Amino acid sequence: MSSDRPDTDEFAQFRQTFFEECAELLAALDEHLTDLQERAADTEELNAIFRAVHSIKAGAGAFNFTRLVAFSHTYEALLDALRDGRVHQGEVITSALVRAADVLASLVEAAQEKRELAADFGVAEEEELRALLTEAGLVGKVEGAGKETSPADAATVQADAAAAPAEASARYSIRFAPHPELFRHANEPLLLIRELMRLGTVTLTCDTARLPSLATIEPEDAYLAWNIEIETASPLAELHEVFEFVDEDCDLVIAALEPGCETGAADADAAAEPPAPSIGADDEAASPPDDRPAPQGSVPRGSVPQAPASQALASSEPAQAEAGPAASSQKSAGVTSIRVELARVDRLVNVVGELIIAQSMLVQQPPSEGSDMPPLAATQGFDEIATLTRELQECVMAIRMQPVKSVFARMPRMVRDISARLGKKVRLVTAGEQTEVDKTVIEELADPLTHMIRNAVDHGIEPPDVRKANGKPELGTIRLAASHAGGNILIEVTDDGAGISREKLLAKAVEKRIVSPEAKLSEDEIDDLIFAPGFSTAATVSDVSGRGVGMDVVRRNIINLGGRISMRSKAGKGTRFTLSIPLTLAVLDGMLVAVGREKYILPLTSIVESFKPEQAHVRALTGGGEVVFIRGEYIRLIHLSRIFGVREAVPEAWNGLVVLVESANNSKIGIVVDELIGQQQVVIKSLHDNFEPIPGISGATILGDGRVSLILDVEQLRRMPDRSAGMPQVPVPTSAPTPVLARAGDAHPSHPEPEAPMAALA
Amino acid sequence: MGKRVLTVDDSKTMRDMVRFTLSGAGFEVVEAEDGVKALSLLDGTRVDLIITDINMPNMDGVTLVKRVRAGTSHRSIPILILTTEGGDQKKAEGRAAGATGWIVKPFAPDKLLQVVNKVCPAG
Repeated sequence: MSSDRPDTDEFAQFRQTFFEECAELLAALDEHLTDLQERAADTEELNAIFRAVHSIKAGAGAFNFTRLVAFSHTYEALLDALRDGRVHQGEVITSALVRAADVLASLVEAAQEKRELAADFGVAEEEELRALLTEAGLVGKVEGAGKETSPADAATVQADAAAAPAEASARYSIRFAPHPELFRHANEPLLLIRELMRLGTVTLTCDTARLPSLATIEPEDAYLAWNIEIETASPLAELHEVFEFVDEDCDLVIAALEPGCETGAADADAAAEPPAPSIGADDEAASPPDDRPAPQGSVPRGSVPQAPASQALASSEPAQAEAGPAASSQKSAGVTSIRVELARVDRLVNVVGELIIAQSMLVQQPPSEGSDMPPLAATQGFDEIATLTRELQECVMAIRMQPVKSVFARMPRMVRDISARLGKKVRLVTAGEQTEVDKTVIEELADPLTHMIRNAVDHGIEPPDVRKANGKPELGTIRLAASHAGGNILIEVTDDGAGISREKLLAKAVEKRIVSPEAKLSEDEIDDLIFAPGFSTAATVSDVSGRGVGMDVVRRNIINLGGRISMRSKAGKGTRFTLSIPLTLAVLDGMLVAVGREKYILPLTSIVESFKPEQAHVRALTGGGEVVFIRGEYIRLIHLSRIFGVREAVPEAWNGLVVLVESANNSKIGIVVDELIGQQQVVIKSLHDNFEPIPGISGATILGDGRVSLILDVEQLRRMPDRSAGMPQVPVPTSAPTPVLARAGDAHPSHPEPEAPMAALA
Repeated sequence: MGKRVLTVDDSKTMRDMVRFTLSGAGFEVVEAEDGVKALSLLDGTRVDLIITDINMPNMDGVTLVKRVRAGTSHRSIPILILTTEGGDQKKAEGRAAGATGWIVKPFAPDKLLQVVNKVCPAG
């Protein structure tokens, strides 16, 4: 059966909004269900849960996602019973609701990806919901609710049927006598009559018999009644539908005058006639009071601007069938959007406004005559513009900022599921959920955080009996906290589980041949072993977290975000992972350094210090390469001039400067440059759209003078052998940066580059 | 002057759909996320038709209808309730509160326009 298909091309454009809304609703649902597991919910919470499912259902209906509609319908029925108190809260119900939420999420996902799910998917869960309703003696009610859409369906069937043999017309007489209070609901008889006129040819008389004298008239009451004759191809149900809103506010009698087909031809003729004067508001008053049919307009169907509903339905459907899928697949192709608080946009508009004012102030400055000094007002104007530009930058950044809550909110669920599977008792405490960070960062955070928390439940928190034996509370705690620190977001994942002793870490690393048994490692270095590729501390690979990805992948993710991760652990006490990630991937605090004629940017966060080494402290190694001795440590030196083939650079480290940088795993290298130019915030421009990944380079930026400067990737530099070292070479660009620069420089600075520049080096 | 319609719904998807359908037919459309916001918008803004959802946080649709009918500025304008609960109970509640009519979700654009035309034609 062709259903009433509201999913027309016209609405396809709202799919994206719908799915974004679904994501929010599902997150909210999840959050409320988590609360529900811990304590009984109040009415407001139950209402919120109901609304979430209800809104998903409503939207799904609009886009014709039938499975989603059907499932959410049953889900909603149970929630409705729950909030009405017809079904009581309890563990069984809650866990059924949680499982149903999973199914709902999968159905939404499948709809979004236009994927077909197995026929039996979600059936068991739906049965479970139904069973709970049956148990509560509400099954009849559900079925009743299940038919809630059927009146519409029935009407559609009739409409379809009507659309097919559209020629068959019939005549009806209608007596429409509004009750005095009809106007209280703001219904308007005239509009209903107009509606009738859309359905066919109408002749009508107005019955003013009930009209009282002017002195006794109640201005807000209805007094007029109408006798109507209509010749229409529409079924009786459609005539009734016209009056559905006033059903209880009027006496309505509709009777068929004579059976069956009048003349199909007459209908066609009528359509060809010039439109007769239509019956408008004025005619209503002017209608003669007597019963004799007055020269009322015999209004042909064709004169009504809108096509009758049945025709529109019939004609629009084949078109939908063809255009629907193509149009919608076009729409869904990788559109990402962001919802922004209006206040932030307003602020942006304000700043831009002020910027324009400041600019016009400058333009209106009279040229200063005879003086090299710019007039005071101009100086002020420039200061103003500088301030406003900074503010503008902040405002624009703020638009991309979102609270980490959206990522954090996914975690309780996972903790619950995994701990249940492992027979552990774990609670997740979150803090700083409102801490904001760039949307791109948020998306990239989900995977590493999921992994770390999964690890914490799986490997960190001990089983309840072990915890008890160790004098700890049976309930383990994992704390997930976010805060701002400078231009970074700091995220800590702490568990009060078994912890990892350094001895164990080291022994494992030796066993896995990650370090040699003789190696002397600092405490930090031992802690960092957990991030080494191929390292896994779990004694057995469990089905929860032992999936071959380890903390090295987590670290890689974090590094790709320009961040760092570190771990501290105490055997028996617990473990803490600390992530520090820049708030945005679009700008970077950098140090501009000069090498020969080239300028490079070093990320400020990686710089420890810079110094001019003494010649005596720089030693060449026998196998090639150089080290510098500083404060009891030998640090490997890397000459940018050699790696990138820059000519006219200072060849000796002691004549230039060494910038001591620390890479993600805290290992240090010294980067030899000619000089430091200064600290600067730079806008990162991605190179990876136009170039192969270039080792040691994470992106580019455009300097104040319009020149392009490359941004160095410290982690990669650390792993690159020095060119002078005579060791096997990592492929470095055969051409020196100069041609690269020329090409990169072609790109006009005003062209916005795609985001996530750091990802190029993954 | 074109007719101004207030759409009240906590779902942006629904508000967008109503806006899209009606603005295409010559209506001016203003939005509110719930009953409370709708009332504050109505305070000082002329509106010719309200289309409101039932289930909303803060103030539901039925309460909104009651409040509008009890007020002075918009008590005689048509109000349509938008609901998936084609179930007679919600319709009856809406009617009792003073709603003019209802639209059953999901709706096709044609259907929405048809119902709107029945209570508040564009021009």
